[in-house]
Amino acid sequence: MAKRRATPVIEFRGMRKSYGSATVLHGIDLALAEHEVVCLIGASGSGKSTLLRCADLLEPIDAGSILLDGIPVSAEDRDADVKRRALGIVFQGFNLFPHMSVVENVALAPRVALGLSHDEADGRARTLLAQLGLAKKADAYPDSLSGGQQQRVAIARALATEPRVLLLDEITSALDPVLVAEVLETLRALAKSGMTMLIATHEMSFAADVADRVAYLEGGKLVEIGSAKQVLRKPKDARTKEFLRRVRSR
Amino acid sequence: MAAPRRSRKGTLVAAISTIVACIAVAAVVGSSAAWPEVQHAFFNGERFANALPSVWGAFAINVQLFVFAELLILPIGLLIALARSVQAPALAPLRLFAMVYVDFFRGVPSILVIYLLGFGVPALQIPGLPKDPFFWALVTLVLIYSAYVSEVYRAGLESIHPSQERAARALGLSRIQSLRHVVIPQAFRRVIPPLLNDFIGLQKDTALVSILGVVDAFRRAQILKAADFNFTPLMTTAVIFLVITFPMTRFVDWLAARDRAAQLGEQR
Repeated sequence: MAKRRATPVIEFRGMRKSYGSATVLHGIDLALAEHEVVCLIGASGSGKSTLLRCADLLEPIDAGSILLDGIPVSAEDRDADVKRRALGIVFQGFNLFPHMSVVENVALAPRVALGLSHDEADGRARTLLAQLGLAKKADAYPDSLSGGQQQRVAIARALATEPRVLLLDEITSALDPVLVAEVLETLRALAKSGMTMLIATHEMSFAADVADRVAYLEGGKLVEIGSAKQVLRKPKDARTKEFLRRVRSR
Repeated sequence: MAAPRRSRKGTLVAAISTIVACIAVAAVVGSSAAWPEVQHAFFNGERFANALPSVWGAFAINVQLFVFAELLILPIGLLIALARSVQAPALAPLRLFAMVYVDFFRGVPSILVIYLLGFGVPALQIPGLPKDPFFWALVTLVLIYSAYVSEVYRAGLESIHPSQERAARALGLSRIQSLRHVVIPQAFRRVIPPLLNDFIGLQKDTALVSILGVVDAFRRAQILKAADFNFTPLMTTAVIFLVITFPMTRFVDWLAARDRAAQLGEQR
């Protein structure tokens, strides 16, 4: 499935991150080709969220580098705000802006960060919401939406700056099981449309279904990375096997 | 059905106990041998009515003072609150200045500040500096209440969860854009009740302008009192201040109750 291109959309080289004396990421090497979907699996505390936050330039890294379309980027760059527009991230807790309507949430970044006119930004937001089946909710406020709808709004918001890559941090973990399906369906559609995505998830069957490659993270290290089929069905590393065994026996 | 009945009974009990308490206070005060003289000196109906037009006229000074002051304090207080929350190491002096400013003006009695500015600064006779006491009273109130209000703003800004700013930054907004569009609008809504509370205090403190010789409602009442040593005009002033602040105090309580209800709703 993975289409090999000369330059990966996003690439991490020896990325290290510590908080105080605790090292959370021990030299991550990973590259995502255009249109590629990579799922990050691993137990809570394995470093998945930190990896995504560093990738989104929200946290500076301590060593190594991040390349966006082959160009080194850093959270400490003066123009990190501009670079961040090429990266979309969706959080576990939605983090919608409660004082804005759904369409205002989505139109904010196009208007303020990209400098589109109010009408252009509004039009782009409504188009995106319609694509995600949320046209009727455009003028509602986030607190009147279900968790699944809120998370889809958050996806639309992250897509509004037309990012090169979408980073998703366990975005179904805070949802009722009945609401998980609609969010995963949205992601499947995005994958089909060719969006490059790095997805931290606990949903193994979803990963098997949507991912080109799966990477298993443990203790801040990428223990195993390979095609979704290989990693999930025939893991090579004993630690991956143990993790999958525990997840499936739950 | 039980709940409304209980609350109706509760209202009745509250009304009776309030009346009983008022009668008790009136009985104690009225039983004093000196009550008739005190009543004549402080609560004289005729003098009250006579004082009302001129005290009311002078109250315009107080209104001007608090309206101008509030319009200035709202933005200045916010700027100070933001100055206290700057993170860039290069801007540390700004943060320090804001901290010292707030500590100073919250710690010094208002009456001392108004003496210093109202009498001290004009005495310097620096050309170009206004000598108008109204101006210096305004400056005093703005300086003091901006310090209080900045703390209210700061509490509001800190009450907005960091995940909100992170979400805004993740979209490519700068820190200033995140504050402007995401953090400040939410914080402002939360601080309206305590903000109005500070403004009630400010409205009362406009009477300090009388120290500088400006004839506001309080000063006018003092002048009337000095004519025949009857204190009733001061009561007139008190009633006018109450009439102005009472709707605001009720409004603040109503807002606070509404926010509490909204929060309970959120926790469903």
